[in-house]
Amino acid sequence: MIPKLKKQQIMDLLSSGRRIDGRGLEDLRLVEIKCQCVKNAEGSAEVRLGKTLAIAGVKTSIGTPFADAPDMGVMIVNAEFLPIASPTFEPGPPDENAIELARVIDRGLRRAEIIDLRKLCIVPGKAVWEIWIDIHALNHDGNLMDASALAAVAAILMAEVPKAVVNERGEVTIDKNEKQRLPIKNIPITVTIAKIGDKLVVDPNLDEEEVSDAFLTATFVNDKICAIQKRGEKGLTMEETMRALQVARQKARELFKIIKEVVGSE
Amino acid sequence: MGVKSKGLELIRPDGKRLDGRRPDEIRELKIKVGILENADGSAYIEQGDTKIYAAVYGPREVHPRHLALPNRAIIRCRYHMTPFSVEERKSPAPTRREIELSKVIREALTPAIIVEHFPFSAIDVFIEVINADGSTRCASIIAASVALASAGIPMRDLVAACSVGKINGMLVLDVTDVEDKYGEVDMPFAMMPNRNEITLLQLDGVLSLEEIEKAISMATKACKEIYEKQKSALKEKYIELRKAVEESAKT
Repeated sequence: MIPKLKKQQIMDLLSSGRRIDGRGLEDLRLVEIKCQCVKNAEGSAEVRLGKTLAIAGVKTSIGTPFADAPDMGVMIVNAEFLPIASPTFEPGPPDENAIELARVIDRGLRRAEIIDLRKLCIVPGKAVWEIWIDIHALNHDGNLMDASALAAVAAILMAEVPKAVVNERGEVTIDKNEKQRLPIKNIPITVTIAKIGDKLVVDPNLDEEEVSDAFLTATFVNDKICAIQKRGEKGLTMEETMRALQVARQKARELFKIIKEVVGSE
Repeated sequence: MGVKSKGLELIRPDGKRLDGRRPDEIRELKIKVGILENADGSAYIEQGDTKIYAAVYGPREVHPRHLALPNRAIIRCRYHMTPFSVEERKSPAPTRREIELSKVIREALTPAIIVEHFPFSAIDVFIEVINADGSTRCASIIAASVALASAGIPMRDLVAACSVGKINGMLVLDVTDVEDKYGEVDMPFAMMPNRNEITLLQLDGVLSLEEIEKAISMATKACKEIYEKQKSALKEKYIELRKAVEESAKT
């Protein structure tokens, strides 16, 4: 019942080009990025998208490479929707939404080649850097996807990892006194568009998410697209899909500028 | 695992793919309807060496009860790979990949189902991959939507699906396992062909906006072709049924 009334209100506003929180259809909420806020993490970032809050941390360790990629470092993305973030989140292992979010962000980071994984090889076939990216939702007010992706990217860009040293016996040790940035190749930006009725809106808040028919999440790298995920229980027309991707590209350019500024200033 | 484009030649000198297909050609497709007797609806699909069973149970009572919705049926979907369906034995426990695929397959099928007809009920879709050779989620959707129809569940349309890949810089339809592993892109796609609605779209790999538009129109064309095969598979089942009824009437 409540979503029905809410949907009517949201739809009425949308038909005159307005949104329930006063934004235009293609406006992002205020973006705030706080980097290196966790001292014990090699990299970290807290991202606020309006009232949505997500934190990402990067930890590193030395491990063995996959057999089919002996000269490449390993990157692992995990996401947790903590009960602290929403009355609807429950403790326990990640549910399908958290798993989907982590996998979509993982694809974006991987296909954009944010980290040059070849440069994370220490001893081919034996020892490589493992980069653990853990994303935790802290307050859910819609579009955890984009907030989490932004936090993950910022945390990776800011991360300072210790140096690996191979001694004469071929053993790998870590020199914690010497730190360096991760080998960054590209910066991916993730943007989600929601379809409500026949309207498309950027960066949906929680009220909008609840009444949305479908979502399209796209990750951009150098103005191309490296990952897409359509979500939600209804379909999109071909025209809606292409229009959503074009709007998302425009927004990705905006967010790229923001993250460049944040990373450049620190 | 991030080792795409390892330089394996996926296009032969004659311009055809390793299995002899043209870029815009899908593999041979066989769909059989109603082969699992216990299920309310079922289908078996063979798309090249990709082999999958799909079964539908329901509409039926929801357990646990609190999951039931007063205004519609809930759709539950489980995509599962048998341990022997891939080269290295896969543990039968659901992986993160299977959990994600179960969700996107459910969301690809749900728009086609008239869920409002069955309040407080559940429709369960079970998918078992018997042998995997690429495009398993698309083949699963093709089979599951036929299984739903054969269970007599009212639907707005069937859902057809086809993946698009990019190998040696060229867009290709219906990728095989080796094309997925060594190609540059995998873009699974599903739609309701009669309603022209996209119900699944994923991309793993780099494409320009123009390439995506082209990939979608290639996939749309393939889906219309697959749609005809889904319909004839359903018809075949009913022709068989009629024959069986006529036979039993004689005796």
